[in-house]
Amino acid sequence: MIIESASLQEPNLKGNIPDGLTPDLLRYWEVLDQVPDPEIPVISVVDLGIVTRVTVADNGAVQVILTPTFAGCPALKWMEKTVREALLEAGAPEVDVQTTFENPWTSERISEAGREKIRNFGLAPPPRRRPGCVGPDLEALAHAVCPRCGSENTSMKSPFGPTLCRSLHYCFDCLEAFEQFKPL
Amino acid sequence: MMTNSNDFPTGPLARYLLQIADDQLIMGHRNSEWTGLGPILEEDIAFSSVAQDQVGHALAFYEFLQKECGADDPDQTAFNRPENRMLCNGLVEQPIGDYAFSLARHWCYDHAIRLRYESLSGIPNPVLQSLAVKLQGEVKYHTFHADTWMKSLLQGSEESRLRMISAIKEVWPLALGMFESWVGEDDLLNEMGPNGHPWYPGEAALRLQWQEHALQSLQGWGVDVDQGALSKLEPVLGGRQGFHTEHLAPLLDEMTAVFRLDPQAEW
Ligand SMILES: [Zn+2]
Repeated sequence: MIIESASLQEPNLKGNIPDGLTPDLLRYWEVLDQVPDPEIPVISVVDLGIVTRVTVADNGAVQVILTPTFAGCPALKWMEKTVREALLEAGAPEVDVQTTFENPWTSERISEAGREKIRNFGLAPPPRRRPGCVGPDLEALAHAVCPRCGSENTSMKSPFGPTLCRSLHYCFDCLEAFEQFKPL
Repeated sequence: MMTNSNDFPTGPLARYLLQIADDQLIMGHRNSEWTGLGPILEEDIAFSSVAQDQVGHALAFYEFLQKECGADDPDQTAFNRPENRMLCNGLVEQPIGDYAFSLARHWCYDHAIRLRYESLSGIPNPVLQSLAVKLQGEVKYHTFHADTWMKSLLQGSEESRLRMISAIKEVWPLALGMFESWVGEDDLLNEMGPNGHPWYPGEAALRLQWQEHALQSLQGWGVDVDQGALSKLEPVLGGRQGFHTEHLAPLLDEMTAVFRLDPQAEW
């Protein structure tokens, strides 16, 4: 029997931890908020928005639902393992980590705090989706905002960067290349 | 129930998804052959990224088939079927050829996948519906990439234009083969989506949609398309029935060599 469960509905300003959690759930969400994304280690898997649900059963067993950023994300197995280990270390008696597409990831799931961390890491955070735009907003990507100088006088060199999450851009004001966390 | 990997999962939906998954798996493996060989570093990375996406999409469908349709685990389904049980089409089986050939194929293939995902996103099954929406977002980058390079090479030098046109002619009959009709297609045609309309238009309708879009794009890029000549080209068929071009068997041997060393190994 499940006694406590919390899903992330909407990202919020202070991060992606849902409101109104019981002490147990809050503790587990806070533990997960310390698990870094392997590709951009300054941001946690919670800020990234890939943790979609945490459930505690009456015997204390914890279930975590993750959803991948990109279906082919090679770091997924690593993240499942790291999440499991972090929760076991925090005292969870049993941990089950599942990956599903039922509540699929979009870049809108990244928290405000996470976007700031991405920017400080030197990557342009994904542009917010404009109303009415279905899927990734590739038009906005053509003039990405340079994370160094804030200029929009930029062009996209390639929609594919060093990892599936990043695209390659050039800033005509800095005269330097930069990378963008891709909208999805 | 699918008891061993020599059996197809039962039901038209499972078979349709297996066709998509096999296409993505084989296309992904072919595109990954560009790693280290791309004409410029950015294109090397692009084909490798597209390949990584495609193998990820194949895995997502194999996992669905395991969870919901009683298929074997994804590794067994992907790497432990004989050639005549694979359902991929002849287009994805071809070797990478030169860059023009691979680009023309990428363009033809990803626009077809886009149409399949668009249709799949209208399916009543909520798990597949959200998966299709998710994967559609990723494919948007593929078609964007393919369109960008098709346009730039078709509008580039005389040589790049002629080479692209010859690649398109080479790819076309294979591309038409993506829409081969298959056993069970008619059953799927009558399945209603949540909006009360059939979600799957059938292969003939998908081919028309695909062809119309492709010809429009080519005309927009200044290619004088000889529609009569194109319509006379015979599609390369057989893949959906397990009959493959001579290029699949060696690729499967290569892909499954490691797996066959120990089929039960945990990777
Ligand atoms: Zn700049």
